[in-house]
Amino acid sequence: MNRFEYIKAPSIAEALDMMDSTVPEAMVQKTDGSARVVKAGGTDLLDLIKEGILEPGRLIDLKNIPGLDKLSFDKEKGLQFGPMVTIADLEKSKEVKQHYPALYQAAAHAATPQIRNMATMGGNLMQRPRCWYFRSNGHHCRKKGGTTCFAQIGQNQFHSIFLTNVCPCVHPSSLATALVAYDGKVELTGPEGKRVLPLSEFFTPSNVDVTCENVATNQEIITNIMLPPVQDSTRAHYIKQGQRESYDWSMGDVAVVLQMDGKKCRDARIVFGAAAPIPLRRESAEEVLKGKSINEKVIEQAAEKALEGATPLAYNGYKVHLFKTLLKRTIMEAAS
Amino acid sequence: MKNDSKERSPEKKKQGVSRRAFLRGAGMTTAGTVALASGMLSFKPAEPAPAKTALMGPGETEVSLTVNGQQRTLWIEPRTTLADALREHLHLTGTKVVCDRGSCSACTVWVDGTPVNSCMTLAVDVDGREVTTVEGLAKDGELHPVQEAFIEHDASMCGFCTPGMVMSCAGLLERNPNPSLDDVKLATSGNLCRCGTYPKVFDATLAAAKKMK
Repeated sequence: MNRFEYIKAPSIAEALDMMDSTVPEAMVQKTDGSARVVKAGGTDLLDLIKEGILEPGRLIDLKNIPGLDKLSFDKEKGLQFGPMVTIADLEKSKEVKQHYPALYQAAAHAATPQIRNMATMGGNLMQRPRCWYFRSNGHHCRKKGGTTCFAQIGQNQFHSIFLTNVCPCVHPSSLATALVAYDGKVELTGPEGKRVLPLSEFFTPSNVDVTCENVATNQEIITNIMLPPVQDSTRAHYIKQGQRESYDWSMGDVAVVLQMDGKKCRDARIVFGAAAPIPLRRESAEEVLKGKSINEKVIEQAAEKALEGATPLAYNGYKVHLFKTLLKRTIMEAAS
Repeated sequence: MKNDSKERSPEKKKQGVSRRAFLRGAGMTTAGTVALASGMLSFKPAEPAPAKTALMGPGETEVSLTVNGQQRTLWIEPRTTLADALREHLHLTGTKVVCDRGSCSACTVWVDGTPVNSCMTLAVDVDGREVTTVEGLAKDGELHPVQEAFIEHDASMCGFCTPGMVMSCAGLLERNPNPSLDDVKLATSGNLCRCGTYPKVFDATLAAAKKMK
């Protein structure tokens, strides 16, 4: 680990004043050891620093800023939580479990209990991908400003099956899969004020900018994450498949949020995690469900539609079958 | 080494120096040599603790935390992890570092009562907070019921994951005195045991829960 300065920021304004780089910028443009980056739980940041692929000059810790770890639920307004709310906080919240079961399931299956106690939701959305070439100090890949993608020609069994042409890393957040399915929004605060974005517009696919995963600038900090209220008609489910039940990253995860009128599906949101460099909406499959009664045939059609256009790599063709099965199970669980 | 020898009973002294004491002493000798050679052996100034919002590092900075009920003050670089602070600075080597990446949880300690990976926690982050390590579980010379049960149920094989495993299990019983088998499985789901002694860990924890009632 390189040596760095450390400061506990007393306020968002002061943190913004001090920060001068996003973590992606500190890994590509500002690699001279002077980058000042913000830190939340630190679980991903420390990992990057330990691997020697991030050498910051200063960490600006957000833990002391009051109010960032609040979680609130209101039937009319929905769920709202600050960036310093931990994954364990979501897992333990009765409101999350009762009203947002897909988010609860995503929280309960992320990482390990210890990591869930430490990792924050702001950091979860900002974390860097887990591609082993990206994480390796010996591979100067595209994401780190290089010209080669080693995953496209190398070991790619855990990589993406959609949007694979520039950098087939998958987005590492399995919580984001559920948050996008619930049509969550993120509030970014900068020196000029706040902007609110749907999470579906927050993430950046690698064919738009390969060196980063989201639109947050080096003058912005996530200050809130919001989910709309759920209706009586809302049904949701989330399933994550890993190689192991615990301490493992997702090989594929699926979140489904349905609006049901009896047996009939009025509206649907389907999101795949670990399928693409961003949490991936499958609108074509959503269209199959809309206006129909959920039965085996419709579910089968939706699963086929959801995997149309997949471009699996040499070693991850299994993910096409995995996602079909996961989607069928998730819709069945949600609708039941 | 001198200090360690002083603490030894005459019987123990005859057996020579323990591996741990030898390593610790050798390390201190090396550090002393380096410090003298570079003229760094300076006296730490008795300044008041820096304000919470002061810039720290990259050199050594003062961190005060409560470890196993005792107030401890350390001079460490901000990059020092809690695991390293405990092991290298406070010589509390019960906490083990295995993967050093938060994937095995051998380094589990409690921060304000919550189990966390000390290898992925910066010591400066826990300034002013309460840390409990496996050394802090025993009270008045009596092992914690979970530790007793681990011995009775032979719940460790190579033993390297044991301190982290014990912290997870004892942590569970703090939160939930009446756990089911599934609760124990969930609580230890982050603790990697390559020997595969999980069934005995589960038995031991359930037995300890019964005993503690």
